This record gives sequence, structure tokens and C-alpha cells, in this order.
Amino acid sequence: MALTSPFLTAVPDWRLPNLTGPTLSHLRTLEAEAIFILREAAAEFERPVLLFSGGKDSAVLLRLAEKAFRPGRFPFPILQIDTGHNFPEVLAFRDRRVAELGERLIVRSVQESIDRGRVAEPTGVGASRNRLQTVTLLDAIAEFRFDAAIGGARRDEEKARAKERVFSFRDEFGQWDPKRQRPELWGLYNARIHPGEHVRVFPLSNWTELDVWQYVAREGIDLPVIYFAHPRDVIEREGMLLGVGPYTPPRSGERVFCHEVRYRTVGDMTCTAAVASSARTVEEIIAETAASRVSERGATRADDRFSSAAMEDRKREGYF
Amino acid sequence: MVRQLADAVSRSDLLRFSTAGSVDDGKSTLIGRLLYETKAIFEDQLQAIEHASRDQGADYLNLALLTDGLRAEREQGITIDVAYRYFSTPRRSFILADTPGHLQYTRNMVTGASTSDLAIILVDASRGIAEQSRRHLFIGALLGIPHVVICVNKLDLVGYAREVFEAIQAEFGPFLARLGIGDARFIPISALHGDNVVTRSPAMPWYSGPPLLEHLESVPLAADRNRSDPRFPVQWVIRPHRHAHHDYRGYAGQVASGIFKAGDPIVVYPSGVSSRIKAVEMLDGPLEAAFAPLSVTVTLEDELDVSRGDLICGGENPPRVGQEIDATVCWLSTTPLVAGKRYAIKHTTRSSRAVVKRLRSRIDVNSLDEEEAIASLALNDIGRVTLRVAAPLVYDPYRKNRTTGSLILIDEATNETVGAAIIEG
Repeated sequence: MALTSPFLTAVPDWRLPNLTGPTLSHLRTLEAEAIFILREAAAEFERPVLLFSGGKDSAVLLRLAEKAFRPGRFPFPILQIDTGHNFPEVLAFRDRRVAELGERLIVRSVQESIDRGRVAEPTGVGASRNRLQTVTLLDAIAEFRFDAAIGGARRDEEKARAKERVFSFRDEFGQWDPKRQRPELWGLYNARIHPGEHVRVFPLSNWTELDVWQYVAREGIDLPVIYFAHPRDVIEREGMLLGVGPYTPPRSGERVFCHEVRYRTVGDMTCTAAVASSARTVEEIIAETAASRVSERGATRADDRFSSAAMEDRKREGYF
Repeated sequence: MVRQLADAVSRSDLLRFSTAGSVDDGKSTLIGRLLYETKAIFEDQLQAIEHASRDQGADYLNLALLTDGLRAEREQGITIDVAYRYFSTPRRSFILADTPGHLQYTRNMVTGASTSDLAIILVDASRGIAEQSRRHLFIGALLGIPHVVICVNKLDLVGYAREVFEAIQAEFGPFLARLGIGDARFIPISALHGDNVVTRSPAMPWYSGPPLLEHLESVPLAADRNRSDPRFPVQWVIRPHRHAHHDYRGYAGQVASGIFKAGDPIVVYPSGVSSRIKAVEMLDGPLEAAFAPLSVTVTLEDELDVSRGDLICGGENPPRVGQEIDATVCWLSTTPLVAGKRYAIKHTTRSSRAVVKRLRSRIDVNSLDEEEAIASLALNDIGRVTLRVAAPLVYDPYRKNRTTGSLILIDEATNETVGAAIIEG
């Protein structure tokens, strides 16, 4: 039988020539989508939590949460995984923002995980606590029985992330299985899980680094000062500029020099590199980002340089 | 003070589009070129795929490696999943859902198409229309994508011949008419050499239309949005319980269609109670009007019992309310759909249950023929069903409203998303 179908009408009857309304700007569209995702997470889960790293993406998430839930309170606490190797400027920023918002902050530290024997301090060349955060995070999720963890990851950051869902399922071991992802259609996010499983929720999935900066500019969002150009003692290692500090002492043969730098991402001090920059304002950073020829993670994250599947492997284990 | 969103109506808006196809069609080359020419590929990413191309023993830059992000995909040299890519020009930002083209990945294609404003279908000029091009067009039409661009690729292999292009155009004509795709455009390109991708091709002076990127930048989106039927699915009720807001009750959600403004009469479904909009707000104050897809908070003149899953409606055309729903279903699971089986469903912000009352037919996605009297729908099948929902559903036909006209089916035991349903009517 041939198809004589009433549903195959791709010219809907509202598409009348005189019915042209406004279209939303791309930044407003992304904002609206992120607010929708935050509200879905809050409504669908019993014990969601918002992950906060102190970086620009989490600063944007906090702003979006205000837009989603004010004048009410946030329907979730804020969780930070403290590696013990944080930039002091980032901790100061965290405490300032949490106090302004009047919301609840939970901190769980990698040091405690080491002290309790859950993980061992990595040693040797390139040692970093970055990967250990996964254990501390999964322990915190189990401790508070969180069923959703909202994070600021973006699909443009990395090619494994480019395929991740907005509501990304984690099994009872916190693992991500890229081959068994749930299809995600329209804005209909499937939040059903069994006890012990959880979902990572990514409201900024469709944002790019430039979108984040444009939003920071438009909303006047406060950020840690290390995002802006400042003079810092650095060493050059594997083509990247690492700030010299208690956890990143210079190795023999490495020369310490002072350079004007800023950070494009904020992670653990041991694996986050700075970029040479003189951009001291958000507007200057936007101009620099628009002209940049190196990706954010490629420029600054030693943790992604192990292999082309480094992020996929860490995500499978339950990384952010 | 009521205000307009100063930056809401912008010169730079957002186009979501999808591409379906396989490496053979030159899809990856086309995407690679769009990303490269709009400076969305970074040098370190380019270096990474140069290394990977060499590791695979290829003597050319394998641009497919840009989008094939998963280890299994790189190992097998195939695209398994939907990959999202981002680029922008001064006029527009783009979200590209890159989906695999083969029949066994129909479910990924449906996923990518569900949120797209535009679909690019690639045809190899040297080989003519493949069966899968028809399937891609059908899925685009089914998912209500308002704009389709048929890129006739590899024109360089046929000497940039106008006749080849026009023959393909003519061959598609009846099929397009049958699908009812309103805005279908053909562009002759060579993704490899960049002809008519970003810049007009000197090799095809007979083509007077825009190159692909210019078309993507200028295709009008405003008319695609349903502005006449106000629909607002309530997502979240804001009740601050604070002194400053002790009797505040705001209904938070994303406008699905139509325009909402203070003073407008509305009806809340499924209760059917009427009221008026008191204010439409965002964090920094009331708005003059809200339209899709803004996420806002609505307050009403009267104190009503409204909760998540309710639909606030305005305008002349009321939504439909019913428990028996005719829908076209794309089946996404290896466990087949059978009549009589119960599923959890999610429709707008409402969760419910439904039973498949009747399995009416399966659609052959290549010929568009319908096969009746069938026992089940398998993975990647598309068929027509009648669902009986546990509680009345407030909906519109999908062709009028992609938000209130769509739902997903979820297996209650595994919690997997197993079906995508498009409400007929």
C-alpha cells in the first residue's frame, strides 16, 4: 500500500508569509536551553548536586542557576572536589561567590581520600592529583546519595565530549559507556535510573569557549583573577608555560622566568598551564579567543596529552 | 519596569542543522572544510588528526578523524554516534549534529534531526541518487525539519557538468513533492576543492545561487517558529517561602510556541481553569513579551493549583486532550516494540505510562510503502501505532508543534529510551 500520509507535511500551517516574528540571539538561545536543562535536572532528580571547580564554566553555571531558580533557593547544594593543589585565587573566588549567593557548599578533598587509603599519592614525572579526583567525587556521590551531578563540561572541549549526552548516564560504578548512551531527542531528557546509578547533567553542552566569554561579558560575571593577564614566575615544559609553585617546582635544567600570562582553564595547579597573554579585560580576552588557533585544552591541559583517547578513558572511569 | 530584551533580537542568531551520510559521500570532507574555513579547527586538533592519519597509514589528511571522537569509531573507521560541532560566522552561530548515514544508525539520525532547523543531504554526482538519500530526506520530513539542502557533491568528477546536476535535481522532484518539503534547495559543490562551499565556484558559472555557507547564514528562521499558539509547559514551581516573597508563586519553564505577555487570557491544562498572565519575568525583571525558546517565569492573576507537567495555553486554538494517541514511532531499541506492551513515557515535562494498543503499520523508509499486519517493530524501524495513555495527554499534532507533539517511550525495566513518537493529526 502506498503511503498517503497526513503526517508528512513538512510545511506546517503556521508558516504564513506575514507571520515572521523575532528570532532569539544565539547567546540568549544557549542561555534559555541551559536554564531549561537545570530546571529539568532539579525537577527530575531527588538529590541533585552542582559541581563547582572555580573555573569560568562553573561561574557561568552559578549565574544560570540564579536565572533558573530565583527568587527561590537553589534546589541543590554546591560540591567542590578539592585536590589540595588549587590556586589560592580560585579558593578565594569560591568563598566569595558562595557567600554572595547564600547557598550551601560541600567540599570533599583528595587529601582525605589519600589519608583514608582510598587512593595513593602519585609520584614520579608528571605526577598529578587530577585523576584521583574521580575517586573523591564518586565517594562524595555515594556519601550523599546524589542521583545527579550537574557540571560545566562543554562538547567543544574535546572529541569524546562531543558525543556525550546532556543527561549522561553513569552505572553503579560511576562509569560512562560511550557505546551504550541513551538516545536523546528533542528536549525530552530521560532521567530514570536505578538506585546507586547517577546521571551527569551538562547544561553548557552546546556552548563554545567564545560563547562562555561573551556571556561573562554580557552578564558581568565575576571570575578568579588568574583568568586575566598578570606577571607570574613560569617554566617552559613540553611547550607549555607552567606557573612555579609549591607543587610545581622547577626540575633541574629548567629556567624560571617571569612572563605576562593568564589561564584559559582552571584545574589542578600541577596540570594546568598558563598562556602568554596581555589580555587584562574580558573584552581583550574575547578578542584573543576569537583569534586563537589552539584549542583550550590543547593549550593548557597536560592531562589530555597522554593519548588521543585520554579524555575518553578518564570519562569511562567517572571523571567530570 | 517592563523592558524588552535589548539583545534578544540579534544580528547573530543560532542555526541547528544536521548532516547525514557516510564517508563515501564526502560528508567528512565537507564538514572538515566548513570547520576549517570558518576557523573552527584549531592547530593542535589539526596536528592530532595528522598524526592519527599517518598512524592509520593514510597518505591524505583524514578529516573524518575530526568528528569520529570515540576510540571504537577511530579503530573501525566509522561514525557510530551523533557528534556535535560548533562554528560561527559574524552573521550566525551554528550547531552541527553530524550523524552516520547507514541504515543501522537510523536512530542516531533521528536523534540529530529532532532538534534541527535544517538538514544537509549529500549526493555523489558521479553515482547519482542512492537509496539512503531518500531515507535521509524521509527522516528529515518526518522530524519536521523546515529546510533541506541537497548538496550534489563531487561535481569535479563529472567535469562540473550542468546536465548531471540538473538530472539529479529532476530525479528528486517527485519524491520531494510527495514528502511535502517546502524549502528544498540544490547546491552543486565539490567539497574536496571547495567549489560553492564557502566561495562561489568559477568552474560552475551556470549556477547562480549562493554557496552553501552563505545559504546557511541567510536561511530565514523566524517563520519556522509557531507564533500563533501560545504553549508553556510548566517545569518547576518557584515558591521562595521567604518574607520578601511570602505569597510569590512563579511557574518556570521554556516557551514552546506562541507569544506570552502580561494581561493575556490563558487556560491551564489538564484542569481547564482560566486566568490571566500577571507577569512574564526573568531574573532581572519583567519582560514585555516572551516567545520560544525563552526560559522564563510566569505569574498568574489568580491563585491556582498548577504544577510540573501542566500546560499553560493561550490563543485561539486550544490543544487537544486525549488518551488515545496516533503516532509515528521510530524504534531505537534492540528489544522490539510489540502491541500490548507497556512503557513509561515523557511528553513535554510530564511523565506517564502508555500501552501500545495497536501496531498499525511499518513504513519502508526507502520506498515510503506501508506494510500492515505486522507483529513488531525492530531497531531502526519506523511504524505507526496507537497508544493508550494512563492519563489524558494535552498535545498538538507534531506538524503544528514539535514540543507538544513529541514524546519518548522508556522501557520500565531497563530505563532505556526505546522509542521516539511523533504525534499525528
